Amino acid sequence: MNYQLEVSNITKSYGDLKANDDVSLNIKDSSIHALLGENGAGKSTLVKIIYGSLMPDSGEMKWDGSNYNPKSPFEARENGIAMVFQHFSLFESLTVEENIILGLDGVGLNENFTDEILKYSKQYGLDINPQQVVGDLSVGARQRVEIIRCLLQKPKLLIMDEPTSVLTPQEVSDLFVTLRKLADDGCSILYISHKLEEVREICSEATILRGGKLVQSCVPQEHSQKELAEMMIGKKLTELARSNINTGSDIFSIKNLSCPSDDMFGVDLTDISLTLKQGSIVGIAGVAGNGQDELMELLIGEKATDNDVLYFDGHDIGSLNSHERRQLSMFFIPEERLGHGAVPDMSLDENMLLSRPESDKMTSRDVIDWDIVSTFTQKVISDFDVQTPSGRMLAKSLSGGNLQKFMVGRELIRKPKLLIVSQPTWGVDAGSANNIHQSLIALADQGSAILIISQDLDEILSLCEQIHVLSEGRLSDAVDMKKDGLEKISQLMVGGESS
Amino acid sequence: MNESLFISIIIGITIASTPLIFAAIGELLVERSGVLNLGVEGMMIVGALLGFIVQFHTGSPYLAVLAALLGGMAISSIFAFLTQFLLTNQVATGLALTLFGLGLSAFAGRGYTEETIVLIKAIHIPFLSDIPVIGPLIFSLNPLVYLALVMVYLVWWFLYKTKQGLILRSIGDNHDAAHAIGHNVVRYRFMAILFGGAMAGLGGAFLSLVQVPIWGEDMTAGRGWIALGLVVFASWLPFRIILGAILFGGITVLQLHAQGFDIRISAQYLSMLPYLATIIILVSLRIRLKNKTNRTVPNCLGRIFHSTS
Repeated sequence: MNYQLEVSNITKSYGDLKANDDVSLNIKDSSIHALLGENGAGKSTLVKIIYGSLMPDSGEMKWDGSNYNPKSPFEARENGIAMVFQHFSLFESLTVEENIILGLDGVGLNENFTDEILKYSKQYGLDINPQQVVGDLSVGARQRVEIIRCLLQKPKLLIMDEPTSVLTPQEVSDLFVTLRKLADDGCSILYISHKLEEVREICSEATILRGGKLVQSCVPQEHSQKELAEMMIGKKLTELARSNINTGSDIFSIKNLSCPSDDMFGVDLTDISLTLKQGSIVGIAGVAGNGQDELMELLIGEKATDNDVLYFDGHDIGSLNSHERRQLSMFFIPEERLGHGAVPDMSLDENMLLSRPESDKMTSRDVIDWDIVSTFTQKVISDFDVQTPSGRMLAKSLSGGNLQKFMVGRELIRKPKLLIVSQPTWGVDAGSANNIHQSLIALADQGSAILIISQDLDEILSLCEQIHVLSEGRLSDAVDMKKDGLEKISQLMVGGESS
Repeated sequence: MNESLFISIIIGITIASTPLIFAAIGELLVERSGVLNLGVEGMMIVGALLGFIVQFHTGSPYLAVLAALLGGMAISSIFAFLTQFLLTNQVATGLALTLFGLGLSAFAGRGYTEETIVLIKAIHIPFLSDIPVIGPLIFSLNPLVYLALVMVYLVWWFLYKTKQGLILRSIGDNHDAAHAIGHNVVRYRFMAILFGGAMAGLGGAFLSLVQVPIWGEDMTAGRGWIALGLVVFASWLPFRIILGAILFGGITVLQLHAQGFDIRISAQYLSMLPYLATIIILVSLRIRLKNKTNRTVPNCLGRIFHSTS
């Protein structure tokens, strides 16, 4: 068997931190190879080295059997390595065709590319319209643009960084069809992910990193999902289970909420009704862009609603702002970490203070007691395993997963009566996700109600006893899991989309 | 209205608009690359002074125009260096550049305030220029007026018809993504800023080499700021710059004529008109577009690019 890419003993340090410590990885011709690891395991560093945007301190690489030391992404692309980034590197104000041309070296504007794009679009089932402006496209369509952009370089290795984190189940299976076809046509794929069931489904080999070191390379089908996860995090995972679901009286209800969107690309919410009991975990599944942001905005109180629509604990809260809602013990974890959930340029301590309810005694007569603030921060940092030197670090300096742990912890230690959370484990690795899920369950067991809005269907299925689907701004009735099950949910998720 | 008055108003408008077209089309390219350079006024005034000095000493309009162009470029290179390599705040640096340009030119131009020069003349093409009405309006304008229109076309062609132009737009839209693909953000922006400086210098030179044959401290009188407003007015689309410049040029000329007609409004109010119009148009544009996403606004405008890898 020939290797397309051989990576041997790569080491890369940032100061004292060894991001990659003697890592090796071999990718076979025409294979789909998984790179697994938690946040901070060194996946991105390794990939950047392969893609030429970072230089290793030591170690060597072979491409097609000969030495390979790329000094820039240009060089990597010349050799036939292409990459689809996790945070898409697309230009919103430009058309699909312009975006594709930008990523291709040595292609001018005059050459007519439309046909070429459509050819690949057809061949690999990647449906796009070259003349559309990217800013108007859905996330899935944007990813298709990125993939086609890569395919036009006729790559022999395609690197995909967490490609499914933003896709619907249908889009994921479409993507897998495309990837298998690509591998059959001779293009190897390096598939970075922490979604283990996907890796087991599509990858023929997996390399697992932990703390910058190689754990092992294995065939993913030979291990269970749990085994793989434990290799990634280096310790045992606890099973999720709600011991006894004890629901009390109604605590929160939405009554026939309708709200037109302010944004011309937004979604209008139509006639949404929902009731939460104490101690229950309710999930709202759905594809991004079906009204989640708009709904969240109203629930948090960033935008007021009419009276007689939102009730919490006997109060009509429609006109209360988010601070006033927090005073009533309603807490929120919005999806957008930097911006809505935390102030990027402020420290964790300061961010801790900003979402405080009055009862926390962090201030006396409006003078801040930093010692008390920092005891709260420390508690969150230790309870939720936030990787940071201290509470004085700026929020934006934390990795996405770490910041998410901090934000979840910040809300959970308040023991809210109602927690509304959007995408609780987005971009968080398996170990931490497990932690967050357990904390949520523990909170519900103590009698709090939790509303989870998530695109991660597995998450919703494992946590929630009542599941609704949001599609085109309409909320479905609770899905009867025993009777209709997953199929019904998938149907409802795409139901709004006529295609 | 008689024919000669009409022609003189139209020619007056082209003369009043041209410096705005130069300065605005330069700034448009700069802003399309994602950089906000508020130093247009300062770059213009330096161009105006240098053009004047070189014309005064050599009598060569070519050298004078070239000097103004290079002068604008030189002073913009300070801005480019500070914002692109030292990552200074663009707003503050741009304001400083304007103040610096105004002060420097006032100081360096002290010896020239009493002098006059020979203006650059409008062209005269045999036959064509002699056609009634069309001749004077189309075929006998100042050569720099034609140059300004050509520059607008070239900027449009560059932005929409070349790969480099596409890359420049992509950098203005999302500099991190452009960097990730491997395009040199700093180099593109540096060049764009220099181009903007050169155009502002030309715009300034137009004032001292075509409009009036003298040098006066602060003679740009806020045109750099109007040019900045014009870029927004034009929604960052090159050809709309011409439209906007004619509008503002027109108001300038009409208020001059109005002063001549002894309208009983004090001259100060009339002189305010072009500036008032700038404010009113910008505000009303914003109100009209309030809830619309404008795809031509460069997303990265004014944001500092700091490469992390």
